[in-house]
Amino acid sequence: MSQKFHIRLASQRVNTNIAENRRYPKIFTPGETITQQHEFMRGHGTYEDNGELKSSVAGVREQVNNLISVKPLKSRYNGEVGDIVVGRITEVQQKRWKVDTNARLDSILLLSSVNLPGGELRRRSVEDEHMMRQYLQEDDLISAEVQSVHSDGTLSLHTRSLRYGKLGQGVLLKVFPSLIKRSKTHFHNLPVGASVILGNNGFIWICPVINNSEDSVGGFVQNLEEVVPLQERETIGRIRNCIKALAMCKMMLYDTSILYAYEESLKYSIAELLVPEAMIDVAILTQHRLSIIEV
Amino acid sequence: MSKKELLSKIGLRLDGRRAHELRRIRCKLGVFTEPDGSAYMEQGLTKVLAAVYGPHQVRGSKSKAHHDNCLINCQFSMAVFSTTDRKKRPRGDRKSTELSMHLQQALESVIKTELYPWSQIDVYVEVLHADGGIYPTCVNAATLALIDAGIPIKEYVCACTASLANNDVPMVDISHQEEVMGGPTLTIAALPMSGKIVLMEMSQRFHLDHLDKVMNKALQGCKDIRQILDAAVRLHVRDIGSATGWALTSYNE
Repeated sequence: MSQKFHIRLASQRVNTNIAENRRYPKIFTPGETITQQHEFMRGHGTYEDNGELKSSVAGVREQVNNLISVKPLKSRYNGEVGDIVVGRITEVQQKRWKVDTNARLDSILLLSSVNLPGGELRRRSVEDEHMMRQYLQEDDLISAEVQSVHSDGTLSLHTRSLRYGKLGQGVLLKVFPSLIKRSKTHFHNLPVGASVILGNNGFIWICPVINNSEDSVGGFVQNLEEVVPLQERETIGRIRNCIKALAMCKMMLYDTSILYAYEESLKYSIAELLVPEAMIDVAILTQHRLSIIEV
Repeated sequence: MSKKELLSKIGLRLDGRRAHELRRIRCKLGVFTEPDGSAYMEQGLTKVLAAVYGPHQVRGSKSKAHHDNCLINCQFSMAVFSTTDRKKRPRGDRKSTELSMHLQQALESVIKTELYPWSQIDVYVEVLHADGGIYPTCVNAATLALIDAGIPIKEYVCACTASLANNDVPMVDISHQEEVMGGPTLTIAALPMSGKIVLMEMSQRFHLDHLDKVMNKALQGCKDIRQILDAAVRLHVRDIGSATGWALTSYNE
């Protein structure tokens, strides 16, 4: 089988900037004075120096009443209660799992905040503690919700709903957390035949369509025996490449943008979608379609 | 008449610059997707890549973690092809270790470490092409990478070199050729806005009378570099912001 290779010089790099030249807000950079007045409170991304409020990151100023903060456009995931995250188990400890969620400290999933097989009201015994590694092992992927944020920034997760739990067969994709658009639901069954979990932490999980009736057990069932048909796998691959294209051009990710990108990408083969020109083309067409429905 | 002078009679240096002129600076933020922040920096022919990972959980021995601030871990390395004679080890030799420590000290002075207890920030710097002023370029690249990663810093930390030509005239941003030809090199890492100096190093000695003017020259160089970096950061933020449609912010067009 012959394959086409794309090898290019660094000088032939494609400009991924597809932004239209529009108005932009005032941008603050580190060390810049925001205000010299004293009545304001100091929020995230700012600090006080000699009575002046200064910015400590590069970003845009936000103001809520007297509270001024500067928000960087890119940073590690800052958890908020109720966020949906996709994470990877890094450690099994006594009564808890440590989960890597792209936050600045590892998150915690307590044994008491998961649904164990056998009903919600089951008592957790010592045996469960011994069995922990059988439920979730190191390097397993899970979807969960943020239950609380501790004072040092650690997140507590829970999976006490049938929607959350261990992830089976599928593809994980990492993007910058700020590219995920916050919406009512982050679980999407796309009509093209795949399910997408857009974790608020920038981890995206793409898998074959979940049938709710079948998967009602929730939790820790992982069927690796089942063979996913080639067609579904191709769909998943195409969605992955589409999301990569959107992320490369720094476009927001949500169900509509992914779906549009998928439809625009149909003129390319899945492998061709990894060529920078094709990625930009898909992103520009998607942006165009999104701007039409906005108006 | 001497064959080679650092500064000719009409005030031009070997590469055609005047005494107060910097070499050409080109920089780019966000060159990689895997690290949290990255930057590419070019000062003349000196080319440096910087990548920042973190803040993240302390890896390795947990005893290194602090409850009230974060650990900053810097690694300086030079590509084996970066100098005229091929280097044997890209990192781990005395010079690299020393530069890593100096880089760490410079960055610790600006990063607001108290915001990230129990965490660690990794900064990796790689010199692709060495042509004088390696340390200053690394500091400037690391600053850009930190800003790209959204890590709070007090202000820019910039570094610059200065030297003394013909035992009288101070000149800024020394190239490799000028370093080799002799003349003392003064390296300064500073916070240009508040005028604080975080690191100062001299390669040779010169008379104390000259120190003030050479130091001022280097500080002025830091201030000039800050302006160039600042413009690059603003452009970068503007580009990313427009691409995302400022969706993260309350700004409406």
